Parts: sequence; C-alpha cells; structure tokens
Amino acid sequence: MDLWANLAQGFAVALTFSTLMLAVGGCFIGTVIGSLPGLGPSNGVAILIPLAFSLGLDATEALVLMTSVYYGAMYGGRISSILLNIPGDEPALMTTLDGYPMARKGRAGDALVLSGVASFVGALLATIGLMLLAPILARIAFLFGPAEYFALYLLAFCTLGGLASKNQAKAALAAAIGLGLAMIGLDNQTGIPRLTFGEIHLMDGIDFLVAIVGLFAVAEIFIYMESHGRNSAIGVKLERITVPVRDIANSTFTMLRSTAIGFVAGLLPGAGASLGSFLAYMAEKSVARDGATFGTGNPRGVAAPEAGNNAAAGGALVPMLTLGVPGSGTTAVLLALLLTLNITPGPLLFSERPEVVWGLIAALLIANFVLLVMNVPMVKLFVRILSVPPWILLPGIAMVSFGGIYSLSGSAFDLILMIIFGIFGYLFRKIGVPTVPIILGILLGNNMEDSLRRAMVISDGDWTYLFSSGISIGLWVAAIAGFVAPLFLRNLLTRPGRIHG
Amino acid sequence: MKTDRIFGLCVIGVALAYIASAAQIQVGFLSDPVGSRTFPYLVGGVALACALVIVLRPDEEPGWPPLATFGRIAIALVVLYGFAVALRPLGFLIPAAVASAAISYLISPRPVAAVLCGIGISSLLFAIFKFALGLSLAPFGRLFAG
Repeated sequence: MDLWANLAQGFAVALTFSTLMLAVGGCFIGTVIGSLPGLGPSNGVAILIPLAFSLGLDATEALVLMTSVYYGAMYGGRISSILLNIPGDEPALMTTLDGYPMARKGRAGDALVLSGVASFVGALLATIGLMLLAPILARIAFLFGPAEYFALYLLAFCTLGGLASKNQAKAALAAAIGLGLAMIGLDNQTGIPRLTFGEIHLMDGIDFLVAIVGLFAVAEIFIYMESHGRNSAIGVKLERITVPVRDIANSTFTMLRSTAIGFVAGLLPGAGASLGSFLAYMAEKSVARDGATFGTGNPRGVAAPEAGNNAAAGGALVPMLTLGVPGSGTTAVLLALLLTLNITPGPLLFSERPEVVWGLIAALLIANFVLLVMNVPMVKLFVRILSVPPWILLPGIAMVSFGGIYSLSGSAFDLILMIIFGIFGYLFRKIGVPTVPIILGILLGNNMEDSLRRAMVISDGDWTYLFSSGISIGLWVAAIAGFVAPLFLRNLLTRPGRIHG
Repeated sequence: MKTDRIFGLCVIGVALAYIASAAQIQVGFLSDPVGSRTFPYLVGGVALACALVIVLRPDEEPGWPPLATFGRIAIALVVLYGFAVALRPLGFLIPAAVASAAISYLISPRPVAAVLCGIGISSLLFAIFKFALGLSLAPFGRLFAG
C-alpha cells in the first residue's frame, strides 16, 4: 500500500525528538492563543511566523510548529467562549450559544470536556480525510493548466468574498486591494519595476508578512483600545472536572455529522472554519428532536460547532497543500509561511517533497492526541492563563510583532509599513471591508497574473482559451455562483450574530 | 451612510491614480500578449466598480467611537511610530520598555503598573528573543556604544 508506506515515512520524520517537541510546544502556544479573546489562529500564526524563521527551522519543522499552533488555536477558542461568553476566535462564536448557558448552569467543566472531545473527533477525522483526499486531489491538480489555475484563483476570491462580508462590493474591493498591492515591485516576467514610485524599498514588493502582521495584529491593538470596556474577568465558576460520559455518548452521531459538514466546508477554497461551525450548528439544530432547547445549554449544541470547526480546519489544509489556494484566513497565513520557506504548494509538492507533506500529516495526527491531553485533563491551566489582563497582553502582542518583523528584515521602513497596514486594518474592520481577501490578494496576486499571462502566451492572445476546458468552465461557474449566491441566501438565513470567514 | 460615501469616493480617487500610474509602466519590446499593464488595469477597474457600488448603495454607519478614543489610538500610533524609528539607534530594551509602558497606560491608566509592565515585557521579551530564539537584537543602540 502506497498510503501506509507514505505514512510510515511521515512518522519517521515526525517522531524525531525535536519535531515532537515542536509539535507539543506548538499545541501549547496555540491553545493559549486560541483561548485569549481577540487573538485568533490567524493573528497567532502571523505573529509567530517571524519567530519560526529566526529559530532556523527547516521546512518540515517550521510547518509542524505552525500547524500545531493552528490546530491548538482551534481547540483553544472554545475555552473563552464557554467561560466568558466571548469567542476566543471567530470560528468559536457558535460555541458561545450553548457553551455559556451550560457553564451558567454550573456545568462549565462538562462543557469544556465535551467540546474538547468533540474538537478531537473533528480534527482527527479531518486529518484522516486530509490524508486520504489530498493525494487524489494532487493527482487531479496535474490536469490544471494556467487557464484552470486562473479560474481557481478567481473562485477562491469569489467564495471567500461571498462569505466573509455582508457586502459583496466591499469583499470584492478587498480582493482588488490585495491584488493591487501584489503588483508593486518587479514584474515577474519582464523584470521591469511597477508602481514603485522610485522607492527602493518597494522594488522587491511588499513583504506579505509585514502586511499580515499589520492587518491582523497591529489592527487588533487599536480595536482593543476602542472596546477596552470588556474586561476578561471569568464570570462562571469552574469546579472539579469530570468526564460527562452520558453527554459524550449522546452526541456521538452529532460529532460525526458535524465533522462531515465541517470538513466539506473547509475544503471549499475560501470558506473556512467559521462556515464549518455555523453549518454544523444549524444542521444539528434542525435535525435534533430537542432542537428547541438549542441555545439554552444543550450539550449537543456545544459538540456540533466544535467538531465542525476543527474538521473544517483540517479540510482547509487540503486545497492549500494540493492547489496552493488557501481555504481560510489562517491557511492563507500558512501559505505565506510556505512561500517564504521557498516551498510552492501544489501537486508537485506531493511528488517532490513527500517528506514535508507526510511529515506534516503524521505530526498533525500526533498533535491531536497531545491536544486532547492538554484540553481535557489539563484544561485548568489554560483557564488560569485566560486571566492575563489586557494591559499586559496588548503591549506584549505589540512588542512581539515588532520584534519579530524587525529581526527578519532589520528595516524601520518595514515597521512603519506595518503600522500603516495596522491603521488600514482598523479602518477596514470598522467599515466592514474584510481583511482576509486582502492577504489572499497579496499572496496570490503574482501567481494569478502569471497564470493569466502564460495562458495568453499559449493561446497567442486568444481570451476564449480561458474557458476552453471543462474544468475551467466548471470553476468559472462555481466562482460566479459563489459570489452571487450569498446575495440571495443572506435574506433567507437569519444569522445568529456575525459570521466571518 | 456618510462613512461609506466618503470611503467610496476616496477609493475612486485611489483607483484612478492607480490606473494612471499603471499607464506609466514601461513595456519592454519583447513582451507577451498580455503585457505588464493589463492586470493592474483589470484590478483598478474592479476597485473602481466596487467603489461606485459602495457610493451608490452605502451600508449603515459603523458606530465610531468617541473622540477621546480616537485620541488614545492616535497616541498609540505615535508611540508605535517612535518605537519603529528608535529601534535601530537606541536598541531594543529602552524603546520597548517605553512603548509597552505607554500602551499599557493607555489601556489601564495606572502609572506604576504601566511602568512595571513596560520594564517586565521589555526585559522578558529581550531575554526570549536573544537567548531562547537567538535573534539579532541589540540591547542598546549606537548611542550607548561609545
């Protein structure tokens, strides 16, 4: 069996002492980041990327560390949802609906254990799904030429834009901003500087890490200063922690259903974990016989979104690894990590660097068990960390971001650029322009242009070549549908709270 | 309403400027059918179209914070800018301590706690950056070197 041989190779990479330590450390840091309100997985991974470089890690190690942080943050997000009624990150929003009421009834411990187990089921099955599906998709991806890739990038922007914002125009604008920024620097094909205005620092383009840390982390500081009234005093008591065997048994099928829904939601390029948890919760609510008690502390309402968002987190890795098109904000940040490490995700990754792919998959399998131990028996530790006051936390985030970026580039210009991105990140958040498409645009802009230009070279300038294969027509149709559908669906779905991609 | 209208108009201006600067891109004589200008034109055009929609169909007002909050954010900006500029000449320790103390004070105005927080974060992070991660950060800059 090919699969077992590959997996064995993966475990051989992942089971070295240093890689294991990185996985454990990443899981711990990730859970902390996830549980702190305001610091989500994309922020957390963005802040840590510069540090991963300075550790001098090789590609596999850096990827293992960062995906462990990613998975950890997905687990950790539920902790503040349940205890504070503030989602630790965006995908954990749905967990507040039943998690907090359950905690108010004095069952905080049960809710934490149940959601930890649900996270484990979702993430583990999704990792297995990733393992089975990714090689197949990578083989299909060999059929993609430049025209298909152009359509695929378009699809990513359309679905991400369609779901990430309440206003399609603003979502599309965000993508245009990102793509426009990506054009700055030397033209890949001709080597002519574009839109640099003679500024030498702009010759090699805008470093996407600067943009990411600015838009996510620095903007977060301003957002927090605005809403500083919210303190993070833990409102509910956490007594002894026991395992609620009956709740877990009752929600077995809930977890499995939610995992399937979340995984598929994660696979869609651009959709991500928030959609996974939202759909899983809504589906479970409509299927359950006691659906009316959802929102009042129904344990299944806690299990569904957690299994869903963790499964989506695994699913989102599939398009990122096989096609180089991220399925969510955090995987976009992970893509930035890969590109900076000189690894181009895509079908070739599976044949040329199998040790990276399979080492990552093996490390994710291990990370899930580590996270189960951290998030069930050791959950009290994270509850204590949650009480770090914001007047220590925020200056800390600021200094880590600045120190990390400065240690990479050593230029004050990049830091000032990062502050400018921070200001715009804050303004865009206020106005409702989603920031994830901007990041995606900066990341994918040059690839998207290259594939358009290569397609035109092949066809000698014939634009109909873009729609000349079945795959590309399908992708164009899906892209248009993904952009237009939310306009109609938005009226049908009355959404509980804000949903972000 | 008003915010979106102003924002949309700004974007229209920027998009037009972007298209105008794209027109200035030099095109080599050995170019491909698409060339260096087309994609920037496309992107500028999309931005322009979106901005028009935003101006014509604005969302409701986003709920801006009171002026005092903007003042605090502006101070934080100045602090961060100063930190960015001071990092090279003064090294990490002192600018980081001042900047973290200032941000901490802006969030929770207790001077003693803020100063302690600044010193704590600055020295702790320096130790982590320098000794655990091996980053090349100078503790004190050139000013103190000689």
